[in-house]
Amino acid sequence: MRAALVTEYRKLVTTRLWWILLLAMVAYMAFLAALLAWGVSEGGGMSSTGQGGGDDLVLTPEAVTRSVYTIAVTFGYVFPLVVGALTYPAELRHQTLTPTFLAEPRRTVVLVAKLVSGAGLGLVFGVAGTAAAAGAGATVLSLLGHPTFLDAASTWRTLALSAVALALWAFVGVALGTVLTNQVAVVVVVLAFTQFVEPVLRFTLSLTSWGTGVASYLPGAAGEAVSGGSFYSESGLGELLPWWQGLLVLLGYGALFAVVGRFTRVRQDVT
Amino acid sequence: MPPSTDDRTIRVARLSKSFGAVRAVDDLSFEVGPGRVTGFLGPNGAGKTTTLRMLLGLVRPTSGTATIGGRTYTELDRPGRTVGAALEAASFHPGRTALDHLRVYAPQVGVPDSRASDVLRLVGLEAVADRRVGGFSLGMRQRLGLATTLLGDPPVLLLDEPANGLDPEGIRWLRVLLRTLAAEGRTVLVSSHVLSEVEQTVDDVVIIARGRLVHASSLGDLAGLARPRVRVVSPDGAGLAALVARAGWARAGSDEPGVAELVDVTTATVGAAAFAAGVELHELTGRDAGLEGLFLELVADRSATAGPDLTPEPGAGTTDGTAA
Repeated sequence: MRAALVTEYRKLVTTRLWWILLLAMVAYMAFLAALLAWGVSEGGGMSSTGQGGGDDLVLTPEAVTRSVYTIAVTFGYVFPLVVGALTYPAELRHQTLTPTFLAEPRRTVVLVAKLVSGAGLGLVFGVAGTAAAAGAGATVLSLLGHPTFLDAASTWRTLALSAVALALWAFVGVALGTVLTNQVAVVVVVLAFTQFVEPVLRFTLSLTSWGTGVASYLPGAAGEAVSGGSFYSESGLGELLPWWQGLLVLLGYGALFAVVGRFTRVRQDVT
Repeated sequence: MPPSTDDRTIRVARLSKSFGAVRAVDDLSFEVGPGRVTGFLGPNGAGKTTTLRMLLGLVRPTSGTATIGGRTYTELDRPGRTVGAALEAASFHPGRTALDHLRVYAPQVGVPDSRASDVLRLVGLEAVADRRVGGFSLGMRQRLGLATTLLGDPPVLLLDEPANGLDPEGIRWLRVLLRTLAAEGRTVLVSSHVLSEVEQTVDDVVIIARGRLVHASSLGDLAGLARPRVRVVSPDGAGLAALVARAGWARAGSDEPGVAELVDVTTATVGAAAFAAGVELHELTGRDAGLEGLFLELVADRSATAGPDLTPEPGAGTTDGTAA
């Protein structure tokens, strides 16, 4: 299993896709966090009727960290998700499944190695994306004279959980890629679901009395729950599960896809 | 043939594979022993690649078994140390360098990373080790595929059409390499759809067509099957036909008046008979159909041509009935 892990890790890092997406994620998260940091501080002030605006803005450490520092979990999870989701389809596309299964004919071992190494790379995305969001967000907050709360333990806990949530997303991605094995199809499905279907579902469900509970089990909401909060939940759009339940829900999606993949596409003849 | 208990012996027993309604491999049995280069021959679509993929655990047989040293590929411990395989669809990620490609698989094969550089040198690719495979020619990909095969220094080698895309110099290089590997006591199975391509390399041949075995023997025994041919042209068409009928010679090919293609006779026999019968001859040519001609006859679709009846050699296999 160790050898399989080293092999899968090397597969991931010897091509260019991962660092191109990592750079894109870091840039995008820094930009969003800076924008949001300005929005929740200055924007909040401007909406008040008072002069100067600063003193009627009540930002708890949790509110700041949850909405700004966890922006990577709320809007950036699509990056580790895509990186993970492309691992199996890329092997099919380039016909590298043949050497892969020649080197390790036990397909379950290959699959598990892919899931674990994918989560590992996801953690890199998580740390980098979270650092970018927190770094840019804190810089903007301090430039505007607002507290950054970077000295609070709860902030660091949120940051760590944010990185973990993003690692889980890569895990879910790898598993999804074994079910949807066409590169184009899996990217289209991921983008459509994360950028459109789930947000619309969550908004719609939040309007109903029974829907809020259901919405918190959607994958995006579960991911946000892991980091302990999100821009959505702080904006009053639905509720989130406790962090550990979110973690289990996300793991569950990944495990479900992986099992389905193992008994369908991963089982097939390699011709 | 070596004893079947040898760890390096490939054994295919009553192997069949159907893709939907298509029977790609049909009750195929043969054995390949160590210390020799064996040509696995057949026209495109004969089932060679499917058979190799079943041997390698990539394709699940519909029935029958395909083993190496008595074990299926998936049962092998560290299969990369036992079997090296290069399949025709030489598969590389175009964005990965040649050296990285080998380093990816080195841990699972169970060799140190330095071995990756060694095999690149062995196949003459050390100068392009850090270039991305996407820019490689077909010949370079074949060499990289071969390097991947040799990574674990395996005693059994399965190569699918390794000469494809190689220039004449590359083919000569490949021939020497394969001979050397076999001389070291390895089992070397090389597939090809043209016999002439591997004729100078192989010791044994396994010939299949439409998923079935049509011949298995040493190359020498195959050459022994080649039948002499004689082409006779005479201005006296009726006389020639009568002569052929009287002598009972087997005809092959076209039968335009005054021309006869005969098999299993010599020019001397035909010439003497024609002289005795007073039939004027304008041409009397002995022909050696050659191994390639023989191969084409063997794999020809017998339902379409009325060629000579060459029955499959019983020599190879169908001895153990472990299938179905």
